[in-house]
Amino acid sequence: MRLNNIKWNIDVIGKTKVWFTISGIIILAGLIALFTMGFNWGLDFTGGTVAEFNMHRTVTTTINNEITNILKNNGVKESQVKAIGPNNTHVSITTPSLDDKTRTAVINALKSKYKLSDKDLVSSQNVSASIGKEMQFGTLLACAVAALLMLIYIGFRFNFEMGAAAVLALIHDILIMISAYALLRIVVDTPFVAAILTVFGYSINDTIVIFDRIRDNIKLMRKSSYKEIANVSVNETMTRSINTVMTVLLMLILMYFFGPASIKSFALPLLVGITSGAYSSIFIASPLWVIFKDREGKNRVGNKVGNKPQKA
Amino acid sequence: MMRSRGLAKFLSVIVLAAIIAYIAFFGINAGNYSIKPVQESIRLGLDLQGGVYVLEQAEGKVTQDAMTRAISIIRNRVDSLGVSQPLIVQQGPNRIRIEIPGVNDPDQVISFLGQTAQLKFVGPDGKVILTGADVKNSKAVYQTDQTGVQQPVVTLELNSKGAKAFADATGKFVGKQIAIVLDNKTISAPVVQEQITGGEAVINGMKDFTEAKNLANLIRGGALPVTLKQVEYSSVGATLGPSALKASEEAGLYGLVIVLLFMIAFYRLPGLIADIALGIYILINFIVYALLHVTLDLPGIAGMLLSIGMAVDANIIIFERMKEELRAGKSIRASLDAGFKKAFVAVFDSNITTLIAAFVLFFMGAGTVKGFALTLIIGVISSMFTAITVSRFLLKSVVDTEFTKNIRVYGA
Repeated sequence: MRLNNIKWNIDVIGKTKVWFTISGIIILAGLIALFTMGFNWGLDFTGGTVAEFNMHRTVTTTINNEITNILKNNGVKESQVKAIGPNNTHVSITTPSLDDKTRTAVINALKSKYKLSDKDLVSSQNVSASIGKEMQFGTLLACAVAALLMLIYIGFRFNFEMGAAAVLALIHDILIMISAYALLRIVVDTPFVAAILTVFGYSINDTIVIFDRIRDNIKLMRKSSYKEIANVSVNETMTRSINTVMTVLLMLILMYFFGPASIKSFALPLLVGITSGAYSSIFIASPLWVIFKDREGKNRVGNKVGNKPQKA
Repeated sequence: MMRSRGLAKFLSVIVLAAIIAYIAFFGINAGNYSIKPVQESIRLGLDLQGGVYVLEQAEGKVTQDAMTRAISIIRNRVDSLGVSQPLIVQQGPNRIRIEIPGVNDPDQVISFLGQTAQLKFVGPDGKVILTGADVKNSKAVYQTDQTGVQQPVVTLELNSKGAKAFADATGKFVGKQIAIVLDNKTISAPVVQEQITGGEAVINGMKDFTEAKNLANLIRGGALPVTLKQVEYSSVGATLGPSALKASEEAGLYGLVIVLLFMIAFYRLPGLIADIALGIYILINFIVYALLHVTLDLPGIAGMLLSIGMAVDANIIIFERMKEELRAGKSIRASLDAGFKKAFVAVFDSNITTLIAAFVLFFMGAGTVKGFALTLIIGVISSMFTAITVSRFLLKSVVDTEFTKNIRVYGA
C-alpha cells in the first residue's frame, strides 16, 4: 500500500450525528467532572509552596508521616507529602505559601533529620496567594483578548457561516481540553493557559485550510449541494490534515515521553488540544458549515443569494 | 543550460547554508571582526542551569527613588555572592525581579536577600565604629577641590551618637583607612585625612558622579528604603537543570529525526527538500535567538520544539497541492508553480492565527510562558519564510536539473 496515495472517501457530512455524539459524550463527562470535582488547580493559580527533596531512600508511609509531623511542629498544619521520582526516592511537599522564616526552619529540620545536603533540595517554588489571584485575572484577560482578536480576524477572512462554524469548532476544542483536564485530574498551571491559547491559533488555522478548499470548490462544483462540496473538500484535504497534525503530534509525543517534567506539562495539554483541533476541523467545523448553509433553505450553491464565497 | 544552472543554484544554497551554520555554531575570528558562536549569545534560563528566581514586592506606597535605591542595595548584595550573570530588574511599579544562576543553596540566598542591610564603618583594628543606624543622610555632590576643579564626592551626615564615635575614631586613625562595609563586603575604604568632629564628613576620590551616586545610595540605604516581601520564588537545584536540558535535547533530537523521516517517506524528493529547508529553518531560529539575546528556558524549548513540528506544516500544504496538480496531468514545473501559488493563501492564513495567539501570550502571559510565546513567534515567522522561499527555490532548482520525469519521485 502506498501510504501517501490513499484516496479518501469518507462520508463525513452524512455521519454528522456520529461525530457530534462522540464529542458530546466527552464534553458532557468532562463538565460533570468539572462541576462535581472542580479543577486540580496548580500552584501558579492558588499560591503555595512546593519543594522537592532527594531523600536517597524509598519514601515509605512512615517517612511520609514523619515529614508531615515535622511540618506540623513548625506550624504548618496543611500539607501534602508525596513520594515521587525514580523508585520513589524523592519527596514532593506542597503547603500553603510559607514565609521565608518558616520555610528555612522546615528545610533545616528536614536536612538534619534525614542528613541531607543543600544539593538534595532538588527544586522549590513559592507563589504567594496575591500573585495567584493576579494570575487568574491575567489569564482570563489574555484568553478574552485572544478570542476577540480571533473573532475580528475570522470576520475579515470568512463569511458568516464559515466564521460561525470555525468559532464553534474552537469552543469545542477548548471544552475538550477542559474536559480532559477535569477528567484526568491533571494539574492546571500556566502551561495549560499557554496551551489553550496555542490551540486557539492552531485550531482556527487547521479549519482555514479546509474552508479555503471549500471556497475553491464552490466555484468548481456549481451544480453540487453544500453537503457534496464539503465532503469532497474534506476528503481532498484529508491527507494534508492528517500529515500536518501528525508531525506536530509526533513532536509532542516525544516531548511528553522524553522531555523533563516542565516540558511534559506543556506537551500534554497541547497533545489533547491539537488532536481535538485537527479532529474538529474535519468532523465538527465542516458539518456545521453545511448545517448553517442548509438552514438558509437553499440547498444548491447555484441558488445562493447574498452569500457569495469570498475571494481567496 | 537550464540543467546545470539548476544544479548550481541548488548546490550554492546548500553550501551557503553550511557556511552560515559553521560560523553560527563555531564562531569566527577575522582581524577586528569576530562573531561569537550562537550558543554563547543565548542565555540559558534558570530552569536549565539551576539557580534561584525571586520576586520581591515593596510594601505600602513607594517612590521610584526608593525602588532605585533598593535595587542598588540588592545588586550590591548579589554581587557579594560572587555569582556570574545575575539579573536584577524592576518589574512594574513596586516589584523587583532577581535571578541568580548556579547557586547551590537557594534557601540561604533567599533569606540573605530579605535581610535588613548591615552597614558598618570598621576601623583598621577591625572594631566597628558605627553602623547604618547612625547615618542620617548621604548624598553625592560636586565639590570644588584645592585646584579649583569640580570633583564628585559623597557627603556623610551622622546623628549625635555617630558623630561622637566618628570623632573619636578619626582622631585615632588619621592617615589610616576606615572601611565602609555593607553586608560583609567593603564598598569603600577612604583614608582619614583629619579628625572629623562635626558629624559631617566627605568621601572624595570618586571616579565619576555615577560612582559617587552609587556609594551614597548604598550608604543611605544601609537599611533598605522599602520593606520587601518575597511574593514568588522558585529554585532549581544544580543537578536538575542540566538533566532537564539533556532530556529536552534528546526529546528534540528524536522528534526531529522522526519528522525528517516522515517527510521523506510521504513526499520523497520534495520531502527531502523540506528536510533541508527545516535544517535551514532551525539555523535561522538559533541565529535570531542569538541576535535578540533570547533567554532559552524550558517553556522556550517547548515552543521551539512545537514550532519544528509546525514548520513542516506549510510544506505539507504546498506539496499536497502539487501532488494534486501532478495527478491532474500537469507537468512537473507547472505543478510546482501552481502548488506554491494556490497553497500560499492557506499557508499565510493559517500562520496568522497562531501568531495572534502567540503575541497575546507574549504580552499578557505570566513570566513563565513568555519564553514559550517568544520562541513560537520566532518559529512561526521563520517557518513561513523558509517554506515559501527556501523550499520553493530549492525545489525549483532541482526541477530545473530535469534529472527525472517520473512524477513518483515527487510523491504523486
